[in-house]
Amino acid sequence: MSKELTLAEVIELLNNVEVESLEGVTFEGDIEIEIDESVMNFREEANKLIESRFTVGTVKEWTTAIEEVTIGATPANGGTRGHAVTIGGEKALPYYFDSEMKNPTCVVAIDVFDMPIQLAKSVRTSYEDVMESPSDWAKKAVSEYHADMIALHLISTDPKRKDASASEASKTVEDVLQAVDVPIIISGSGTHKKDPEVLEKAAEVSEGERCLIASANPDNDYERVARAANKYGHVLLSWTQLEINAQKELNRKLIKHCGVSRDRIVMDPTTAALGYGLDYAYSNVERIRLAGLTGDNELNFPVLSATTNAWNAREAWMSSSPLKEDGNWGERDHRGLIWEASTGFALALAGCELFMMMHPGSAQLLKKITRMLGGSINEEKTDLSNWITKLII
Amino acid sequence: MKLNSPLQVYKYLPKINCGKCGEKTCMAFASRLVDRSKKIEDCQILLQDKEKFLQLAELLAPEIKEITAGVGDCEVRIGGDDVLHRHQLTFFNPTVLAYDVWDTMEEGALIERVKKINEFKKFYVGHYLKLDMIAVRSTGESAAKFKSCVEKVLGVSTLPVMLCSFDPQVLKAGLEVCADKKPVLYAATKDNWEQVSKLALEYRVPVVLFSEGNLDSLKTLAVTFNRLGINDLILDPGTYPEGKQLKATFENFIKLRRAGIKESQKEIAYPIMAAPITAWMTDNDPIMASYLEAALASIFMIKYADIMLLHSIEPHALLSEVYMRETMYTDPRTPLKVDSGIYKIGNPTKDSPVIATSNFALTYYTVESDLSSGRIDCYLASVNTDGIGVEAAVAGRQFTAVRIKETFDEAGFDFKEKTSHNTIILPGLAARLQGDLEDVMGIKVLIGPVDSNQIPGWMDKNRL
Repeated sequence: MSKELTLAEVIELLNNVEVESLEGVTFEGDIEIEIDESVMNFREEANKLIESRFTVGTVKEWTTAIEEVTIGATPANGGTRGHAVTIGGEKALPYYFDSEMKNPTCVVAIDVFDMPIQLAKSVRTSYEDVMESPSDWAKKAVSEYHADMIALHLISTDPKRKDASASEASKTVEDVLQAVDVPIIISGSGTHKKDPEVLEKAAEVSEGERCLIASANPDNDYERVARAANKYGHVLLSWTQLEINAQKELNRKLIKHCGVSRDRIVMDPTTAALGYGLDYAYSNVERIRLAGLTGDNELNFPVLSATTNAWNAREAWMSSSPLKEDGNWGERDHRGLIWEASTGFALALAGCELFMMMHPGSAQLLKKITRMLGGSINEEKTDLSNWITKLII
Repeated sequence: MKLNSPLQVYKYLPKINCGKCGEKTCMAFASRLVDRSKKIEDCQILLQDKEKFLQLAELLAPEIKEITAGVGDCEVRIGGDDVLHRHQLTFFNPTVLAYDVWDTMEEGALIERVKKINEFKKFYVGHYLKLDMIAVRSTGESAAKFKSCVEKVLGVSTLPVMLCSFDPQVLKAGLEVCADKKPVLYAATKDNWEQVSKLALEYRVPVVLFSEGNLDSLKTLAVTFNRLGINDLILDPGTYPEGKQLKATFENFIKLRRAGIKESQKEIAYPIMAAPITAWMTDNDPIMASYLEAALASIFMIKYADIMLLHSIEPHALLSEVYMRETMYTDPRTPLKVDSGIYKIGNPTKDSPVIATSNFALTYYTVESDLSSGRIDCYLASVNTDGIGVEAAVAGRQFTAVRIKETFDEAGFDFKEKTSHNTIILPGLAARLQGDLEDVMGIKVLIGPVDSNQIPGWMDKNRL
């Protein structure tokens, strides 16, 4: 609201709001000054708070739940696993208040390789005594590092490595299933030509265990992989490379052409390390999750992340910067642990439920924090009332 | 922003394509307004029509208020977001990272800590990531002690400061020595709001409103301050570092931002502040506390802190913090690409290999990191593929023999002079370019592995 004022009134007004001087102001001719009514009322209103209530709605567009997928079969369901793991079921973005999360904790599968592999030093120290034996490796990951699942990678079948046969590799699958009773992920070597044959045999020897078979992807004979998963009662990983439409298309083909049932699909839309494409991967997963929640029934499946690739970032594994001008990178072991966990946090908030990880400390940190976000850890309430002075470091 | 398509904005423009804004057409100018790379002040015609100008300014204002702190080169912008998810546009104004010092620190230790905060830098994609602000924390001893601490900080740093105390007398003492530097005042509460509001009005500085997890009282403060004419507000709903209260904190951040952006509740549409520093109030040991603090920093960088108060200045924690900030605030609308050209990895000689890849930043840095970690001295060509990855660029014809030749020509790289082998190694995914490239460049072309992590093994088996 504006009023016409004389100069004397202006001065009085400025005094009222405790303006003592104006600098560099020239008045010429007629001037109009618009005064905000709230400033005029300053003195009357200053002695009491304007009590208000905060409200906010839920997101109405989230109409569709993410499919629930169970990995691992207990004896009751025809397998030998000690427990099964169920992921998915969300009706909102992760840890949002719009809807309770049905399965609120991130599930961590620790990676096990069927032959020794080069690992970052911070990771290697946890596994170097078991790298020669995949079953010992799996046992250690479960008993000492509390892995919810094991991700067994049959990299020895890679023609560029040992070129092990499908039957040799499947022997390792049997060994690991014997050694641990958690659900397992069976992954090939990433060789598009050979993987379908390797995975087919691995699926056969693990029949009924409801393993997650990794993977069907647009570049391999995904029909053959899908047939094997169906035939032997497994769950299938649908893997694409950072392209939401490719993911949609592959899922559609798996469902429509290959007869994979909806409760047996997990997606891996490819995730990247912090600093090396995580921005893109984060948004890709988030878009996929939002599409699923808003009714795209070709994208509403649980999501897996190969979070271990955080260790590809040199910031995770190098002892110091290779650049002379760069600043100090700090203690490598702490830095690497945080790197893998932080990569995980971003992806957990984007919509991933299942994480393949390696550093026991990173896995523990991710699980602890996501449990808190899921509301399943009680801690004594921190008193923030005078935190500025109370914080003694 | 109420208007989010160029067509909507265009309606408010003069539509005469005068070009004075630097754009050829009003429509092009409208697009630049929508992506915020131009301001409406750039339209001289609009400037003359006050009513229309103000109308459009209001319609183009970001949903979340944008405020500034600090002065000169170190000024920071806080808030200003328009979307809930970065892919919908982009997140503006990277989270401001403030690190604490406190007024009982010995002078030497204080100066050293301030210098560390000032000087921290991490090289990333061609530039350095840095920290933004110093938070001076009162331990409650005396206003004089606080004032002297602020003075010492200002003596060695030009970074903006945040003055932290719930005692208005202490805040006033701090303001007396730095009001001209536009510090952030932390914080007004339901108990001290009357005096703190007076300070904010008197010194014209942004002020943080703090409530212990109660959004009703936070909104009460915001509405009251707004009524008093104070609009440079930041909301701190309290950061509980652990347990179910962490869940509640996370939900509060979502609620505030959703109210501001999705529901356009102007009264609460201010920047949000997180305080991962509270991790240091738990009974964790220092290493675990630094992990917890870094975890909270990640989570609230993603959802939706515009400014953040932290404690640990150990680089092992700082690196992930500045990287997560880059991750969330990289503009998803522009493909991330590196300059095309020929880069040296290690110390290449005439016998070293020459390897080509795309200029998509992710591809380039992955290959570069595989080569560096494999200790392979070589030349790496970042071919101009418009920032598209190798496989897609081969299919889309952005990665062609001609483009590869252009990259070497522009860099003045002559194979005969720089190499003893006259050979280039192409990515496995670009194998089909082999014949073409041999014809176009007259050099020998080898096909490398599909994935750059196999280059070290490949090099062992292949001879140039």
